[in-house]
Amino acid sequence: MSRIKVKIKEKDLNIIKEICKSFNNEQGELINVLHKTQEHFGYLPAEIQEVVAKELEMSVAKVYGVVTFYSFFTMKPKGKFPISICTGTACYVRGAENVLGEFKRQLNIEVGETTPDGKFSLSCLRCVGACGLAPVVLVGDKTYGRVSPEGVKDILAEYNDK
Amino acid sequence: MTKYKQIRIVLNNCGVIDPENIEESIARDSYMALGKCITEMTPQDVIKEIKESGLRGRGGGGFPTGLKWEIASKNHADQKYVVCNADEGDPGAFMDRSVLEGDPHAVLEAMAICGYAIGATKGLIYIRAEYPMAIKRLKIAIDQALEYGLLGNNIFGSKFDFNIELRYGAGAFVCGEETSLIHSMEGLRGEPTIKPPFPAEKGYLGKPTNVNNVETFACVPIIIRKGASWFNKIGTEKSKGTKVFALAGKVNNVGLIEVPMGTTLREVIFEIGGGIQNGKKFKAVQTGGPSGGCLTEKHLDTPIDFDNLIAAGSMMGSGGMIVMDEDNCMVSVAKFYLDFTVEESCGKCSPCRIGNKRLYELLERITKGQGVMDDLQRLRNMSNVIKDTSLCGLGQTSPNPVLSTLDNFYDEYVAHIKDHKCPAGQCKDLMKYFIIAENCVGCTACARVCPVGAITGEKKEPHFINSEICIKCGACMERCKFDAIIIK
Repeated sequence: MSRIKVKIKEKDLNIIKEICKSFNNEQGELINVLHKTQEHFGYLPAEIQEVVAKELEMSVAKVYGVVTFYSFFTMKPKGKFPISICTGTACYVRGAENVLGEFKRQLNIEVGETTPDGKFSLSCLRCVGACGLAPVVLVGDKTYGRVSPEGVKDILAEYNDK
Repeated sequence: MTKYKQIRIVLNNCGVIDPENIEESIARDSYMALGKCITEMTPQDVIKEIKESGLRGRGGGGFPTGLKWEIASKNHADQKYVVCNADEGDPGAFMDRSVLEGDPHAVLEAMAICGYAIGATKGLIYIRAEYPMAIKRLKIAIDQALEYGLLGNNIFGSKFDFNIELRYGAGAFVCGEETSLIHSMEGLRGEPTIKPPFPAEKGYLGKPTNVNNVETFACVPIIIRKGASWFNKIGTEKSKGTKVFALAGKVNNVGLIEVPMGTTLREVIFEIGGGIQNGKKFKAVQTGGPSGGCLTEKHLDTPIDFDNLIAAGSMMGSGGMIVMDEDNCMVSVAKFYLDFTVEESCGKCSPCRIGNKRLYELLERITKGQGVMDDLQRLRNMSNVIKDTSLCGLGQTSPNPVLSTLDNFYDEYVAHIKDHKCPAGQCKDLMKYFIIAENCVGCTACARVCPVGAITGEKKEPHFINSEICIKCGACMERCKFDAIIIK
C-alpha cells in the first residue's frame, strides 16, 4: 500500500512535544494526546505517531494499535470540507444510503477518500444524535437535516467558491 | 384532568432551565438530594434507598443499581472511582446527549451521591468526542459546581470530597461495555475482558469502580428527594420508574419521549408518535439498537419493561426505538445491523469477529437472491453459537436482529430465496424495472434519460427495458409521466 511520507518540521515536532507535556507525558493519557494532536494536524500519519510514542515512552505499535482501533482517528488527511453522512439506524431507515450514493456519484470518490483538489472528503459516521432530522449530513461543523438525494447538489454548491 | 401518557422525571429540567447557569438548576432543587445525603443520611442509608426504589441500569442490561453500589461499597481500597458511561454509541439513540446538554447538574449531583455511598472521591465521565455541545456544557457545569462548593473538597462543609473529570471516547461502540470503557479510559484499545473480576472489584487502574449510565444517574437525585416509595410506585412490578426513548424512523412525531415502564408499544407509536408517516402500514419496531430485535404487530400491546422485551426476543437497550413501515425490508434491516456489528467488533474473540462476518455474508447472499433454504438454518445455528460463546455483551447480543427477524418475518426470507423477490421492494439486486405496454405512449423520454442505454423502442411504440443492462437507478421511472414504468 502506498502512503504519503510526511516530513515533520521542527516547529511541528515541538507542538507534539508540548501536547504530550501538557498531559505529563503519561501513557494513560494517550487517547487525549491523540485527540489534541489530531485537532491540530487534522490527521495522524505514522511519523506523528512515532513522535508521540517516543514522548510517552511506549512502543509505536501500541500507539498505532490505539489509532487504528478508534474510528475517530484517521491516518489520512481529510478534505477542506469533510462531508460525513450519518448511517445510523434512523437515517438508514429514511434513505441515507441513497444520499450517500449521490455524494459518491457527484464527487466521484468512495467513502474514506478525498477529492483530488483536496476540497471534499467523504466519510460515514454512526449517529450524531439528531435522529429527528434524519437523514443527516455534516459538512465540517454544519449540520444538514432531512437531506434527499436531490438536495445533494445544493449542499455542494454552497461550497463552490469557498 | 387529562391523563398524560408521558411523565418527565429524567427529562424534568431539560428545556426548562438554562443548563449553563447553575442557579437555574438550584432553583429547580438541584443538589438538594446531595445535601440531604451528606447531612442526614449514612452511606448505607443511601444504598438502601436506591435498592428500595427498584432502579435498574438504563444502559441496556437492567442490572439493579442499588445492588451494584452495595458491591462497590463493600470492596475496600485506598481509592475508588465513580464512572459515568456517556458513550452513547447506539445508532438511533440520543437520550443521554439530551440529558447531558439539558441538565448536566443532575448527572454531576448523582455521581457525587454515588461517591458518597460507595466511598469514592473521584468521578470520571467517559463521553463521546462526537458530542461537543455536551462536553462544553459539562465543563461549564463542573466549574460552576466547584465554585459553589457543591463539588470539590469539603462539600456542604462536611468531610466529603468529590471531584469529577472528563475522559473522551474516540468512536468505538464496544466501549459502552464497562470493561472496554475502563480500558479506553486507561488509554488502551477498548477491548473487553472476562468478568469476573467485575469493575466493582477491579476496575479503573485496578481499583473498585462503579460504572452507571447517564440516564441511571439522572434518576438518582429525585429518588433521594422524593423517596424510594414514590419512585417504585411508577412502572411495573420488576421495572420501576420511567424510560426515555428516542422515537425515530417512520412515525409522524419523532423525538425524545419519557414514559412510565409498562406503557405499551401501541401507545408509544400510535398515540405519542402519532402513527405511521404518509398513512402507510406499520410493519415493525426495532428496540435495543444492534443488540435488540424487531417486534411486530403482535407485540404492540405488550407493556414495555426490561423482562417483557427480552421475552419477546428484543431488549430495552439504551432506548432507541426505530419504527419501520411496509417499505422496509427486514432482511436488509438485519443486514444493516450486522454490518454495524462487523465494523464495531473489537476482534478480540473469534465468535464475534468471524461469526458476525459470516452471518453478514449469508445475509448479503440472500438479499442478492443467491441464497438457498439451508442458509436459514445456518443463520440460526451460527447465531446461537455466537450468542453462547462471545466474550462480551456486544457479541452475546449481536445476532438478535437476525434471530428476531427470522422468527417474525420468516416468509420474507423465504421470498428472497425461493421467489427471488424482495416484498418491500428495497433490495436492489432483486428488483426489476418493467414498462407496462398499455400505458407507454412511446414518448422516448425514458430512453433518453437512461444512463446505460438499456431502454429501446420505436417512437410512439411501447418501449422495452433490457434488464441485463439496467443498473436500476430509477431515472426512467422518475421521468415517465404516464406511470408506465413499475418495479417488480
